[in-house]
Amino acid sequence: MSAATETVALRRPAPRPLARVAGFVRAHALTAFAILAFVYLMLPIAVVVLFSFNDPIGRFNFTWQGFSLDAWRHPFAYPGLGEAVRVSLEIAAISSAVATVLGTLIALALVRYRFRGRGATNLLIFLPMATPEIVMGASLLTLFLNLGVQLGLGTIILAHIMFNISYVVVTVKARLVGFDRHLEEAAMDLYANQMTTFRKVTLPLIAPALLAGALIAFSLSIDDFVITYLVSGAQTTFPLFVWGSARVAVPPQINVIGTMIFGVAIVLMLANVIYQRRRGAAA
Amino acid sequence: MNVFHRHRWLTPYLLLAPGLAFLAVFFLVPTYYLGNTSLQSGDLFDGYVFTWAWENYRNAISGYDAQFTRSLEYAAIATVVAFLISYPLAYWIAFRGGRWKNLLLLLIIAPFFVTYLIRTLAWQIILTNDGFVVHTLRTLHLLGSDGHLLASSLAVVAGITYNFLPFMALPLYVSLEQIDHRLIEAAEDLYANRVKAFVRVTFPLSLPGVFAGTLLTFIPAAGDFINAQLLGTPRQYMIGNVIQSKFKVIADYPEAAALSFILMAAILVMILLYTRLIGTEKLTG
Repeated sequence: MSAATETVALRRPAPRPLARVAGFVRAHALTAFAILAFVYLMLPIAVVVLFSFNDPIGRFNFTWQGFSLDAWRHPFAYPGLGEAVRVSLEIAAISSAVATVLGTLIALALVRYRFRGRGATNLLIFLPMATPEIVMGASLLTLFLNLGVQLGLGTIILAHIMFNISYVVVTVKARLVGFDRHLEEAAMDLYANQMTTFRKVTLPLIAPALLAGALIAFSLSIDDFVITYLVSGAQTTFPLFVWGSARVAVPPQINVIGTMIFGVAIVLMLANVIYQRRRGAAA
Repeated sequence: MNVFHRHRWLTPYLLLAPGLAFLAVFFLVPTYYLGNTSLQSGDLFDGYVFTWAWENYRNAISGYDAQFTRSLEYAAIATVVAFLISYPLAYWIAFRGGRWKNLLLLLIIAPFFVTYLIRTLAWQIILTNDGFVVHTLRTLHLLGSDGHLLASSLAVVAGITYNFLPFMALPLYVSLEQIDHRLIEAAEDLYANRVKAFVRVTFPLSLPGVFAGTLLTFIPAAGDFINAQLLGTPRQYMIGNVIQSKFKVIADYPEAAALSFILMAAILVMILLYTRLIGTEKLTG
């Protein structure tokens, strides 16, 4: 309870029972609302996990039939699913690596230098995040169509790098603020050259920021549907596989893969939260 | 010393060059081709050629004005509902979260880690006719005995609200978290009651988050087609559904490009109005 409420309580005589109930409701209404909101946010996630253990009758996994571990025992038993997941991981790995390098360089320039064209740079970084995916996908598709570029794995990777750059810049930039430049100057004073300073001092210092950017890019890439769908040609990825099966058959294996991706992401994010707290405690 | 030292002013541009060049080629140039394609005519077999075919825009507006209006309507309602849910939630985390703030934030973005299509399919399971929710509502007579939730505007708007809610909650949290608590205490010392302190101090200070959140929710919501496709029927289709089917099913590229261009122009006008009010630096963080 905040100091402000205590002052209010002191100023008034002992409240009547009814007023106390009203006071209790007022004090806890917000907490109750927050709990309800969290239930709402978690509900679909719980459903996804629960239905990965379903034993569906027929082609659709929409009603609860009974507990089964089949889908978890054979997560790739559904034709085409394993290949789609493999392709998605490959696209995410390549596009997040490239986007992290390009985005980190931009973030370094924005945080550490004053230069002309800063506003224009910020705008160019912001625009892809403020454009609906369908418009970005449509523009890329018209580019590829007009230039006669073969649609497929290559065009998907190019698209993913493009939409990932902005998110990497924003993430890395947020982590780089407060970076102590004196450490680099100290290294230079001790006769380290530019390259050595970057490798031995700068890189280890910005590594957590880089990792955070790469994680965001990886998860955005593995989840992307709209842009991928438009520029994919005949290539399938995991989200495209889900889209195709939503009309004909939804096997519980899809929920298993969804749960796995969710689990890995949450573990990594939790590790990040704990790491930050440790660092905060140490400082 | 070396070349870096002699031309220090060049360093930021060298750092920017590769990334910005990539964005120019794969974000700005495609916009030109989108505009170019939207003015082409012809057909898929003989090929489309640029002919200043402005009638594509006329057809787009006259043929799909219902879907355009519906997109903006659904997106606006979803943005308002997401705001009403997110603001108290973000407020609670920022002011009462204590040492659990980061963990609670993780809960807010947790839905993002479930593949978009899979979490929308989960809403299909939740809202299905044989499900718990419809059953309860029927028992309470809030829904007729043959009433349903799926395949309705309500389901589509609810899906959009859920899917884009973290985009609203995060910027709200960031702006609420930065507020100096002493300002609110000062207001209360000056005999403002809690409501007045909120209206006159807390809320105005959180406005940057409100602007960023509404933008980041409204924009993807207006272009969405997955919720309408999976939770609605053709009667709930939005402009995104039309664009994707024109590209992927009918292969009417010029018409699809014209529709995309109109959607983008409408949204760009909105962004410009917003950035006039708050500046880009605040939005990109």
